[in-house]
Amino acid sequence: MDLSLVPLFAILISLIAVVPIMLSSEKPNLREFWTILAALIKFGLVLTLLPGALEGKSVELHIVDLAPGLPLALKADPMGVFFAVIASGLWIFTSFYSIGYVRGAGEMKQTRYFASFAVCLSATIGIAFSANLLTFILFYEMLTLATYPLVIHNEKQEAIEGGRKYLAFTLTAGLLLVAASALVYSYTGTLDFTPGGLFTEVDLPQHVMLIIFVLFLAAVGVKAGIMPIHGWLPAAMVAPTPVSALLHAVAVVKSGVFAVIRVVGYVFGVDVMAGYGLGEILIVFAGFTIIVASLLAFAQDNLKRRLAYSTVGHLSYIVLGVAMLTPLGMTGGIMHIAAHATMKITLFFCAGAIYVNLHRTEISNLNGIAKVMPWTMGAFTIGSLGLAGIPPINGFFSKWYLAMGSLEGDMLVPIFILVLSGLLNAGYFFPILHRAYFKKGEGLEGYGEASPLMVVPIMITATLSVLFGLFPNLFFGFFDLAVDISTSLFNSGAP
Amino acid sequence: MIETHLPALIALTFVLFSILIPAFGLWRRELSQPLAVIGSGLAGGLSIYGFIEYLNHGAIRYSFGGWEPPVGIEFVYDGLSGFFVMVINVVAFFSIWHSGGIAKREFPGKEMPYYALAMLMLLGFNGIVMTGDLFNLFVFLEISSLAGYALIAIGDRPAPYAAFRYLIIGTAGGTLYLLGAGLLYTVTGTLNIIDMTPMLPHFAESTAVVAGLILMIVGIGVKAALFPMHGWLPDSYTYASSSSTTLIAPIGTKVAAYVLFRIIFYLFGVDLVDATAPFTYLVGVLACIGIIYGSIMAIAQSELKRMLAYSSISQIGYIIMGLSLANPWGFAGALLHVLNHAVMKACLFMVAGNLRAKEGHSDISLFDDSYRKKYPWTMTAFSIAAISMIGLPPLAGFFSKWYLVLGTIDNSNWIFLAVIVISSLLNAVYFFRVYEKMYMMDPYKGQKEPKDGEYNDVKGSMLWPTSILAVSLIVIGFANAVIVGVLLDIFPM
Repeated sequence: MDLSLVPLFAILISLIAVVPIMLSSEKPNLREFWTILAALIKFGLVLTLLPGALEGKSVELHIVDLAPGLPLALKADPMGVFFAVIASGLWIFTSFYSIGYVRGAGEMKQTRYFASFAVCLSATIGIAFSANLLTFILFYEMLTLATYPLVIHNEKQEAIEGGRKYLAFTLTAGLLLVAASALVYSYTGTLDFTPGGLFTEVDLPQHVMLIIFVLFLAAVGVKAGIMPIHGWLPAAMVAPTPVSALLHAVAVVKSGVFAVIRVVGYVFGVDVMAGYGLGEILIVFAGFTIIVASLLAFAQDNLKRRLAYSTVGHLSYIVLGVAMLTPLGMTGGIMHIAAHATMKITLFFCAGAIYVNLHRTEISNLNGIAKVMPWTMGAFTIGSLGLAGIPPINGFFSKWYLAMGSLEGDMLVPIFILVLSGLLNAGYFFPILHRAYFKKGEGLEGYGEASPLMVVPIMITATLSVLFGLFPNLFFGFFDLAVDISTSLFNSGAP
Repeated sequence: MIETHLPALIALTFVLFSILIPAFGLWRRELSQPLAVIGSGLAGGLSIYGFIEYLNHGAIRYSFGGWEPPVGIEFVYDGLSGFFVMVINVVAFFSIWHSGGIAKREFPGKEMPYYALAMLMLLGFNGIVMTGDLFNLFVFLEISSLAGYALIAIGDRPAPYAAFRYLIIGTAGGTLYLLGAGLLYTVTGTLNIIDMTPMLPHFAESTAVVAGLILMIVGIGVKAALFPMHGWLPDSYTYASSSSTTLIAPIGTKVAAYVLFRIIFYLFGVDLVDATAPFTYLVGVLACIGIIYGSIMAIAQSELKRMLAYSSISQIGYIIMGLSLANPWGFAGALLHVLNHAVMKACLFMVAGNLRAKEGHSDISLFDDSYRKKYPWTMTAFSIAAISMIGLPPLAGFFSKWYLVLGTIDNSNWIFLAVIVISSLLNAVYFFRVYEKMYMMDPYKGQKEPKDGEYNDVKGSMLWPTSILAVSLIVIGFANAVIVGVLLDIFPM
């Protein structure tokens, strides 16, 4: 079977779905049917690419020349498929959850909400399957624009200001990415993502490489939430919770760390990174972010903001793993994309369920809620423990590989950061659990769990977190895939 | 047969229709606009055909009356002029098509003189671009300017004042250009551009030549609204009738930019221009200041047309910046931006016109979120054009910036690169400000629902041109590799 068109269809399916979604704005059930249908088809299409990816093969498609010598081209390589499986798989759960959420919370402009969501997923899969930087920029900017209506969704003053902040950060980042890509193109004559990097043929002075790298770091660091350019993420928490769950814990921010992996592994190449000492720069930023974000998380009473700072910290786990420039660290970083995705989406889902059901957003108001929402809080517990790195949840597994990676590179600082951050994670999550389970709540009479449309996805994502922790290869050979990707990045440099 | 006469035919179309319109318009006033549409459509078709002919068979030099240059008058239809003529006439066709609904509302009873003048102005523009002779260029410049002053004077109450101001400044600019051309003539003894080119290097150090060059750049800079000679533009574009603005704003300053291209790349050549002082770089610096200045001023405006006018000052800067880079990427980026900006700005001014036709104003502070329901297609067109202006892929505006960025890197010109990045952000600021008004409810007043019966966009004759231009921004974006391939071939060095 010829698979070359599958990546294109996987991108387009949710874009096409926008039309029926818009047309059925008066019939909510039909409208949501289109979302679910698109999500299922998209996931199915992405899965057909998985067997090839596990064998290390890529599916390529050249669509049209965007500029002389620079095509709009798709390439479903193992790394892209890995990311696409996570994003499209979790979109299915988020779609069901969204239905429960927006109806439960009585959100306005639901059609715009579902339409923008579909466009976001198109852009995310486009990012996953971009074969070169120019195609990548196209989808990266598309994601920025499509997320904007979701951030400003409730159109209150706070939301509009959050939206402005979001645009200011992300559009600046997009322009820096354009400038950085143009520099790469001028020096190397190509923008195709290549394992081992594009700079193997050219020898540039240290300061030029440094400038290009810093431009890239600023460009992809915004979406990856690297401090000090993470500011948009907590501000974007004014968005409805499913948006925070899928986009600001999985799709958008993971596009950022995915971009970090593309830049490190496929534009610069690990050998070049090591040769110019660029990995250390990344470690410094990532380590700083992990610690500071964890500390800032303590200060947040708003549950979603605390989760947002936690996200900022965990994104940098991935960046840290990549920055070590060791095979095991890279594997750990890639695995943490999946691990953090399932755990953090669970936590955000729980926050949304609590909000819809009890209209509570502040942690100080969560006393005793485990009594009325046992399943939700059970899932929350799993997510929190996982993020603190406690076995057997998948957060432990990826963290273990990150630690191994730093030993492999004879580095002790990353291990120290990981341990400290694990403690800090426990420190800011356990008080929430303590309040929910052991403190006596008020005004909870008559409340129960949220609608099954919300609780079932929560349970599934929580279960996934545990299953992936116990059996990393249970679904889709995910662990093998991560190892293969990591290996391909380290073996390509030597001819 | 017809191919060899194409340059003359394009110009003569406008002459013919500038006579036909009064003839029929005196009899039936409502025929004026359809005739103008036919005229500009015919010219647009001929210029597309002409450009294809150029691609297949090369440049055409057309001598009027069989008198060979340098004695006679000639039109030179090469890649550069062919491209500009095509952009001007096709965009003008859409503007005039769109103007029908506005004319009835904004200047009823004056359609006949209006469209006759529009034809004359387009004749002037086409003449400037195609002529091979520096003095004829001045003649056509004056034809287009005089018609332009009159077109701008039709509009709001302050329009005659704005037109008068433009007249004073514009005439000064034209005169400076003429002085410059005269100086070159005294040295070389010819006015024909192709004839003069090989002679100029012998006089590279001559004060007259250097002075002539400076005078011409300054004079044309006025017409191009190159910073700091832009003062006439914001008032003119704001107060003129929406139809005049839609016609003049997308192409007027481009024609002046064309003259700069012709003088710097063809008549002198970059080496000669920079022989005594780095003039191309200085022009680029002025362009950069204009880019930033125009963007910042655009943010400060509350009137949509005025905002777009300042944005024009900024965008013409991109074109001049590409020129000043004097390398293939810069050249291709600048010419692509001529096309992109003409389409984008025409589309945006059409949106402003549509809003004026429906709401009676285009004051951004009065916009509200009922617009997205009342005028869904106009708003969609605005969104597409604005995103293209900001420069996000895959829309056309991104690619001209991409090539300009490549051009700045080729010259290692990091300041210009920074200017492109910063101004794109400023663009985003002033367009998202409008989005917030149009698409989002006022947080303090709540959602504004249109009243029943208000769900009507403008009528087809206004909506179609707006929509076609918006869609063509997507098409140009995806087809830009082809266009740029052609433009890189045109690059003269």
